[in-house]
Amino acid sequence: MHLDTVAKYIRRSPYQSIAATLVMTVTFFAISVFALLTIVSAGVIEYFESAPQLRIFFKQTATEDQIKELQKQIEDTGRATSVTYVSQEEALKIYHDLTEQDPILLELVTSDILPASLEIQTDDPENLNEIAAALDGVTIIEQVQLPQDVIDTIISWTEGARRLGIGVISVLLIVTMFVILTIIGIKITVRREEIEIMRLIGASNWFIRLPFLLEGMLYGFIGALAGWTLAVGLLLYETPGLKEKLGDIQVLPLSPIVLTELLVAELLFAILLGALASYLAVLRYLK
Amino acid sequence: MIEFKNVTKQFGSDSPVLDNVSFALDQGSFVYLVGSTGSGKTTIFRLIIRDLLPTEGDVLIGDWDISRLSKKMIPELRRRVGVIFQDYKLLTDRTVFENVLLPLQIARFSNKDAEIRAEEVLTEVGLAGKFDKFPQQLSGGESQRVAIARALVFNPEIIIADEPTGNLDQDTSHQIVDLLEKINDITNATMFIATHNEKVVEQSDARVLNVHGGRVEEKRAGKRKTKKVTTPKEENKKEEIKDDKVEEEKKR
Repeated sequence: MHLDTVAKYIRRSPYQSIAATLVMTVTFFAISVFALLTIVSAGVIEYFESAPQLRIFFKQTATEDQIKELQKQIEDTGRATSVTYVSQEEALKIYHDLTEQDPILLELVTSDILPASLEIQTDDPENLNEIAAALDGVTIIEQVQLPQDVIDTIISWTEGARRLGIGVISVLLIVTMFVILTIIGIKITVRREEIEIMRLIGASNWFIRLPFLLEGMLYGFIGALAGWTLAVGLLLYETPGLKEKLGDIQVLPLSPIVLTELLVAELLFAILLGALASYLAVLRYLK
Repeated sequence: MIEFKNVTKQFGSDSPVLDNVSFALDQGSFVYLVGSTGSGKTTIFRLIIRDLLPTEGDVLIGDWDISRLSKKMIPELRRRVGVIFQDYKLLTDRTVFENVLLPLQIARFSNKDAEIRAEEVLTEVGLAGKFDKFPQQLSGGESQRVAIARALVFNPEIIIADEPTGNLDQDTSHQIVDLLEKINDITNATMFIATHNEKVVEQSDARVLNVHGGRVEEKRAGKRKTKKVTTPKEENKKEEIKDDKVEEEKKR
């Protein structure tokens, strides 16, 4: 019965209903994009946390013999599962592979400016810190890069994105609340006479309020579903390219379970948001 | 059934619309309320359905004092009192049937029971065959019949009608008044009708109250007595009982 009334209300002012749904869609598209970014970066961080790998970059003055000597010393500690030497030429080759789409970048770099390095793998992250401590004071070393450095960089980027995301989403949520509140308010004002008739024939306050609350909840439901569909569609479209860029980091494609959980959470939140905005409108305009 | 005890109603600092008014209407009575525009007729009706509260005094509906009624009980009161308006107050985007169905849905009747009752009451007011029409497709008289049917769905103890013939021509007005009298006879509901239509009042022998200068006076003590009239439904029941008795006698 109430759903019939909601359908009637929507049919009678379709443009207001479209506006309400669109603003919900935009908000939940932004929420979905932000949530997906968070999930992907969490996967990347987890990859680096679980990959016990250390890189040592050498000064230009270091000779191959000096580096090989150090490689042997590390292997002898028994804490590394593999120690791989990457010469300047090999580093240039890796650089070429990464930048083959951009010839200008290729021309700018020669093997002279790229440092030689050692890539050390262990089976226990604890070993990395001990190896790094042992390398302290070795003069040919330019920089020791621990996974924690990469993790810190990613976390700092993620934190920045998170702050920006929270800011944008907060503004969008406030705008959405006011748009829904205003639209439901207009609908209540337009139906003032009808509401008065209902009261006179014995309708309780809740009987009159419920269709408006359901209408707000419906906008939330449709908006969240559409926003999620757009964001997940975009992610699926971009997945092949992103997978290539992420290389060994296997976070994509995201599991359907994670996507479904995200959808359910967004739907619940959107329905609650729609109900809250409508309830405020009802309190304001239906005294 | 309806009793006003020393009721005063004042809006702001204006002089009171009703000033120490007292009157009582018995169960089943048929009473006209006359008076010029702005004299306070509608205020009396709004007090009866607790759309307003008295500034002073008591308004009693049966054993309910409307000033002491909780907000939750207001819908209940409005089911006890059927209201008919001059401008019908029908929902224009609902059919005749849906308009009459609505109060029953509000009262949480089952769909089946609500539909049966709406059909019954629409047939009683002579609107069989108009169920699917929208209010815009009806004449004034037909619209008023829908409003009457809507007021009747709960078998209310009281029916108040605010200028029910105000928008109707003379012939249709008489038909509507005849219908209200018939309903009074059938249901024994108290009928309280505000009207400007002097002809309608003159041709009736019902009691008349006059509102003037904030006071309510007895203009005419009515002689009208409720005639017990059987509805087609009751007729059918009587026939069924009669048939059963004949069957029983035959068996003996």
